[in-house]
Order: sequence, then structure tokens, then C-alpha cells
Amino acid sequence: MSTGPDAAAEDPTVFYVANAADHHPETGTMIGFWIYLMSDCLIFACLFAVYGVLGHSYAGGPSPARLFDLPMVAVNTSTLLFSSITYGFAMLAMAQGRRGGTLAWLAVTGLFGLAFVGLELSEFAELIREGAGPQRSAFLSSFFTLVGTHGLHVTVGLVWLVTLMTQVTLRGLTPENQRRLMCLSLFWHFLDVIWIGVFSFVYLIGVLG
Amino acid sequence: MSGLPDAHAAPLSGSSRHASGGHGSRRGYLIGFALSVLLTALPFWLIIGHEFTHAGTAALTVMVFAAAQVVVHMIFFLHMTPRAEGGWTLMALIFTVVIVGITLSGSLWVMYHLNANMMPMSVQDMRNMP
Repeated sequence: MSTGPDAAAEDPTVFYVANAADHHPETGTMIGFWIYLMSDCLIFACLFAVYGVLGHSYAGGPSPARLFDLPMVAVNTSTLLFSSITYGFAMLAMAQGRRGGTLAWLAVTGLFGLAFVGLELSEFAELIREGAGPQRSAFLSSFFTLVGTHGLHVTVGLVWLVTLMTQVTLRGLTPENQRRLMCLSLFWHFLDVIWIGVFSFVYLIGVLG
Repeated sequence: MSGLPDAHAAPLSGSSRHASGGHGSRRGYLIGFALSVLLTALPFWLIIGHEFTHAGTAALTVMVFAAAQVVVHMIFFLHMTPRAEGGWTLMALIFTVVIVGITLSGSLWVMYHLNANMMPMSVQDMRNMP
């Protein structure tokens, strides 16, 4: 193993490797993942624009004021907000090197995420049962596309969460797993940011007509 | 610290670095959460309680609350700082915000004018369409 500053100065490779291990965020993963999130943001921007354009094209069908159940949306919003802070607590436990605490908070986050997806699916099922499915009007097509894409992201995030919980259980809080958990942290908080736009722009402003 | 740190024994060196950046602090998360709850509850309360007579004012108020909450999330949950990754995350964010602004405002602007120039069509016409 390396012996000190002299050996490190003589062999640039040793110096570089030691440096890379000390500053793992500089490997480029985090900035790369951030760029991915920004590109994902553009997908949602396009879907928001579509909803903004088509949101009033009811084709004689039901309007948001008749369809949306705001108290249910408020509950849904709170589950996602709670899952955001519990993920934050998981990251704090990870920074302190507490594996059990990290896993526990991740499990709580997963349950909140599951509740969110469940509530959203039940809302979709209710709308389709009322005959307000995605094929009813341009407004409903764009609504299902936008909210459904967000729900799909949360679902993928849940799969990722379970995968990482398995990884942490099997291998512990290794630098690789910490890096992965930080990426998922960005992803999860990002989805909460998108949901702010959804509940404000689609639901709250939608019921105003 | 000499030599490579043991990957399993010492996951990451220096917990002080994590407290200052990257993961935030418990206090930071709680402040962000409290602000988010406030900025979520207020617009819901305003809309459900029908506090507005003018729909345009209500929509604008909701959008202001949303924008404020996005900033809160960026600072307290996503830990955005001008220094993160040498300023590149902020640069990417600014670029994205510009593109999102062009996409949204451009789409709404163009399609509004397109609709304004179309033949008027009532709900009754729509129902009787072939």
C-alpha cells in the first residue's frame, strides 16, 4: 500500500487513485445524473405545454371542476412530501454510516411512494369508470399522459429503491452504494418538484375553469 | 490519512464534509419540509375555500406559491448551491429553465393565436360532429 507523500509524488498513478478515492463526487456521476434529470425536466415541460394547450378542449365532455377531487389530491401530495423528507433522513443516516437507520428510512419512503402510486391508480380507475378515460377528450388525453408519466417515474423510482435496499442489505454502505443512493435522492426529490407543478397547474388551476 | 481508505470499514472520509454539503443537515430538511407544507397547504386552502372571486388572480397566486416551493425544494432537498460541481449543476439548471420557458410560453402563445384564428365552434357543434 502507499507509504506517504514521497511515494505518491514519485508515482503519479498512486497519487491520482488516492485522490479519486478521497473525492468520489468528482468522478462525474453526480453531474451526469443531474444532466439526465434536466433532460427529464424537458420531457415534463413538453407534457405541461401540451396540457396547457389542450387543457380546455373538453369535446363536450367533463371539465376538471367536475372530475377532480381536491381533498384526495391533497392527501396524495402529502404522501409524496412525506416521502421526500423521509428520504432526506435516510441520507442523513447514510452520512453517519448507520446502515439500519438508512434501510428503515428507505423502507418508510417506499411505503409513502407506494401509497402515492396506489392513490393515483385508484383515481385513474375512478375516472375511467365514470367514462372519463384518456380517449374521452383532448383534455383527458393530455391529463392522463402528464400525470401518468409522473406516476410511471415514481413507480420506476420504487423499483430502484427496492433494488438499492437489497444492495445495501447485501453489501453495506459501500462508496458505490452511497453514490447510487445519492442519485436516487436527486431523482426522488426531482419527482416531488415535478409534482408541485402538477398539483398547482393541473389540479388547483384546473378546477378554476 | 495515508494510503487508500478501506472501502468497507470507512465508507467515506470526513463526516464534516457531508454536514456542509451533499446531504444537508437535519435542520435543513426540517426547515424545507415546514416551508413546503406551508406552501402546499395555503394554495389548497385558498382554492378549496373559494377565497377568490376572480379566477385569474387565483391562478396567479397558485403559480407564485408553486414557484416559491420549487425554490425551497431546490435549496433544502436538492442542495443546489452555486458552488456544487464547480457551478456546472447551476449552469445546467439555468439552461434548462431557459429552454422550459421557451417551450411553455412559445407553445401557449402560438397555439392561442392559432385557436383565435380558427372558425368558432360551440359545444353544441362539437356534439353534432360526424
